Amino acid sequence: MKFSVIVDALPHLLGAAVTTIWISLLGVLLGQVIGVLVCVARQSGNRGLDMAGGVYVSFFRGVPLLIQLLLIYYMLPLIGIDVPPLVAAISALSLASGAYVSEIYRGSLNAVPHGQSEAALALGFSSATIWTRILLPQAFRFSVPALVNELILLLKASSLISVVGVAELTRTSQTISASNFRPLEIYLAAGVIYLAINSALALFGTLVERRLQQG
Amino acid sequence: MDSNLLVQYGPALLRGFGVTILCWAAGCAIGLALGFVLMLLRRIEVKPLRWIIRAYIEVIRGTPFLIQLFLLYSGGPAIGLRLEATTAGILGLGVYGSAYFAEIFRAGYQAVPKGQVEAALSLGMPYGGILRRVILPGMLVSTIPALVNMMAILTKETVVLSIITVPELMYEMQTMAAETFASFETILGMALFYWLLVEAVSRLGRRLETRMTRFLSHPSNARA
Repeated sequence: MKFSVIVDALPHLLGAAVTTIWISLLGVLLGQVIGVLVCVARQSGNRGLDMAGGVYVSFFRGVPLLIQLLLIYYMLPLIGIDVPPLVAAISALSLASGAYVSEIYRGSLNAVPHGQSEAALALGFSSATIWTRILLPQAFRFSVPALVNELILLLKASSLISVVGVAELTRTSQTISASNFRPLEIYLAAGVIYLAINSALALFGTLVERRLQQG
Repeated sequence: MDSNLLVQYGPALLRGFGVTILCWAAGCAIGLALGFVLMLLRRIEVKPLRWIIRAYIEVIRGTPFLIQLFLLYSGGPAIGLRLEATTAGILGLGVYGSAYFAEIFRAGYQAVPKGQVEAALSLGMPYGGILRRVILPGMLVSTIPALVNMMAILTKETVVLSIITVPELMYEMQTMAAETFASFETILGMALFYWLLVEAVSRLGRRLETRMTRFLSHPSNARA
């Protein structure tokens, strides 16, 4: 063990960690949008939409992320869209996270008392208003802990996008350890950085949860 | 797809599938055993021991599986741990799973009614017997859904082993894709295959769950 190796590599690793963080954040944000849309589609009462949403969720939760990633990476050029690896990576992360997020929302929607939407209907609210004013805001509140958890999972999963050559934390660790032949030190450092980010996120999640419970 | 390709690559893919199943089964077995031991050790009232186990679980659950694999496979030799890719993969899966299994078991242990353990104690059963006859069966019933879920997750994680060159299905598939220049078709096929595999594992798990908990839904057992 030589700690000087870690000290030398630290600036690069931290820079790469920032990339990991923003990619994961972007993935979770886009995943939110997809997740809400899929969730609304599945609850809309339209059977076609419901089935399409169900297949989407089942596929992206059932197929390993690495395969999804390669699928998107090789598929987009095939249909004429030549994308940089970064775009393919973010698409894969968002699509996968969208599937999980839609299930989180589905669970939270069940926690909103049914009488509320019935009352709104009786008062003449349109279904769009019921969704944006009554169901989704509450569903969001109920799902905050699960969403923070989802961000942590995505941050860990983002290590897989190193495979298509995106220079995030894992890829950068690989590159550095391939040049200085010190994989033990470098991967340990990378592990500690991942752990630190995730612990901070978990702490943040607990704080937000407590705050939401207060009022 | 060309049928010649299937003849040419069929054996390799089949072998790869065998390695996938081997890694998954061995990884699950190690993970379950280690997780159970960790849960038991955690119940011993020795503070430092508890801290160490808690730290172990937090570290494993807080870092990506891929980083753990790299540490074991590439970093291992620096401390004299020289493992073959498949061995490293199995061990990695086992260690990764153990942290999650330990947490599942912990919840299961707590769910066993205290009165049952006390009753067994007062009847003079030794701790080993209580563990085997009272706690384990109770735990199994309440933890089966979570255990099955984790095993399905581990099925998906076996794919990551291809990155450290374990010759499992994904690895063989990537070799085939590279050699035939038919990347997209191959990967699409693989995606469908894993979709079915994971679905099958979850289905089997659900059936097991109904079987193991069949007596719970009986009206006379409804009173807790």
